[in-house]
Amino acid sequence: MKFVDVVQFASGSLRGSRTRALLMMLAMSIGVAAVVVLTGLGEGARRYVVNQFSSLGTNLLIVFPGRTETTGFGPGMLLGQIPREITLDDAQALLRSRAIGRIAPLTVGASQISRDALNREVAVLGSTADLLEVRHMSIGQGQFLPAGDVYSSESVCVLGAKLKRELFGQQNAIGAWVRLGDRRFRVIGVLAIQGESMGFNTDEIVIVPVASAHMLFNTSGLFRILVEAKSRDTIERAKQDAEQILSGRHGERDVTVITQDAVLATFDRILRALTLAVAGIAAISLAVAGILIMNVMLIAVSQRVREIGLLKALGAPAAQIRNLFFAEAILLSGIGSVAGLILGEIGTRVIAQIYPALPVSAPWWAVLAAFGTALGTGILFSVWPARRAARLDPVMALARS
Amino acid sequence: MIRLENVSRIFAVGDQQVAALRGIDLNIAAGDYVSIMGPSGSGKSTLLNLIGLLDRPSSGTYRLDGGDVTDLSDEQQAKVRSEKVGFVFQAFHLVPRLTAAMNIELPLILAGIPADERKARVEELMENYGLTDRADHRPDQLSGGQRQRVAIARATSMRPTVLLADEPTGNLDQATGKEVMNLLEQLVAQQVTLIVVTHDPIIGGRAARQVRMVDGQITGETGQFVGRAMPAETERRAEPDLR
Ligand SMILES: Nc1ncnc2c1ncn2[C@@H]1O[C@H](COP(=O)(O)OP(=O)(O)O)[C@@H](O)[C@H]1O
Ligand SMILES: [Mg+2]
Repeated sequence: MKFVDVVQFASGSLRGSRTRALLMMLAMSIGVAAVVVLTGLGEGARRYVVNQFSSLGTNLLIVFPGRTETTGFGPGMLLGQIPREITLDDAQALLRSRAIGRIAPLTVGASQISRDALNREVAVLGSTADLLEVRHMSIGQGQFLPAGDVYSSESVCVLGAKLKRELFGQQNAIGAWVRLGDRRFRVIGVLAIQGESMGFNTDEIVIVPVASAHMLFNTSGLFRILVEAKSRDTIERAKQDAEQILSGRHGERDVTVITQDAVLATFDRILRALTLAVAGIAAISLAVAGILIMNVMLIAVSQRVREIGLLKALGAPAAQIRNLFFAEAILLSGIGSVAGLILGEIGTRVIAQIYPALPVSAPWWAVLAAFGTALGTGILFSVWPARRAARLDPVMALARS
Repeated sequence: MIRLENVSRIFAVGDQQVAALRGIDLNIAAGDYVSIMGPSGSGKSTLLNLIGLLDRPSSGTYRLDGGDVTDLSDEQQAKVRSEKVGFVFQAFHLVPRLTAAMNIELPLILAGIPADERKARVEELMENYGLTDRADHRPDQLSGGQRQRVAIARATSMRPTVLLADEPTGNLDQATGKEVMNLLEQLVAQQVTLIVVTHDPIIGGRAARQVRMVDGQITGETGQFVGRAMPAETERRAEPDLR
């Protein structure tokens, strides 16, 4: 029997029991689509996090006050101690390390910002000129904080793009004055639109020199120090140096230094594992579809006993009968998987429409695995029914009414 | 051409042994027209299935075209069926989802014959059996006579040397039954060996050779050539057809 004829005969008998065939394909395609969509989501989440981290900066270390053990709870936390604050001097001291390239001290607070009658609540970020580079931000108009003396509390500010629009509309903001709390600041720059990253929207902040922020909020401590290692290879050195320098200055180790790489790697591992787990769960639905196929094929065999008997009487050997039923199962699962891939692709696009920030797309290995598993289960679970058909005694089969 | 020697077929039913055939000796020459008659349960169908290689004897030997086919494997049996044997059944056994033309084409497809040759053969068969305008009809859109014509066309599509018909007129009225018998008998003229199982004496009486069966045994024969009475002549007649 020729290959085309096998396919044609098999598809003919599938068309003969249309509803059943469609239901089976549906089960198969839902399984495949589930794998595609769920792994796409998992991968999307993973890549989202990776992108977010990379957009924060490269070779980045973050220093913050308080000693946090890797478990997340240090003795200080348990005792409810307020950790010693990190000062601007501490930050400047870090530059002594040869592994460290640039630093950007950060102070944050909330304040009222107003221009003429317009006013709103705003997050104020105190930092230095190097923040622009360290944090991978870019300037839209004007310029960023002036380089030079980090202790000088100049009354200048840089506005986030959205904040600028809200306060100035289409008008030029550069050179204009705004009021932050009880001080007046001259606008020297506007940030380019960057959107949200890691839950922090730079479009809606105002950036002032760190010393000005300290005066504004009447503090001397830093919220974070962003540290940029000179290269990828010196990240570990930079971390050790930072810890050492600050411990030396404070007399004890009371700061935490995390590297972006370590955090990123952890997230990467967690999300990868999550994706795999989710894919595994979806694959179970494929196995269920496979069992369904077996069940339906068994029914098909028992319903077509007479036909099988006839085929044998007409000279079909057992192997041919087996192949015909195999072909049916492969067609079913093949069409079902292709439909599933299409369905999964549609699902992925719908999700991408709803959450444009999430780069959902199933990785190639998941698509391949889903397709392979579907086809594999289809074939595996049709082995038994096909053998059963092939072994039927033709005389008995023909006598069946 | 067909030579059964002391053939028995015993079925096991529970702990009981049912002997459907007991010590059958039968010689049928190429081009013979044989009817097998006897009461229900006498073993006619079992004998026909054995001859058609759908079954195997429990004991005895079966030679077909000079070769011993008693102990062929399933695979080999299927090959012989495909090449040499055509079946016509009482219940027609057409595949309901296939059109008349496709039903006729089925043995050719299974045998792996190229599509264009298949098409030509099917067209010729449908013309021969007056089915051309029914080509695209499904079995449930055909009358009983038409269905059996499709079945005969299908049985002859591989140009078998033996045509086995088990109660071919059993589901047909008398007039249609007669028509079907005429079609089958035309094949005898083309050197096909025709064996018809029936319990209808009128149908069975049309055959040149009539074998009677009772209780799994051949009890007698009537007709021009009686294999057991004149074995020499039967053999001689068979010779030109030996392959
Ligand atoms: N597969 C089988 N299993 C058990 N007994 C069978 C089987 N096939 C036939 N028989 C028995 O063998 C005998 C002959 O059957 P069969 O050849 O069908 O008779 P006929 O065709 O002459 O009516 C009957 O007694 C029947 O019950
Ligand atoms: Mg019978």
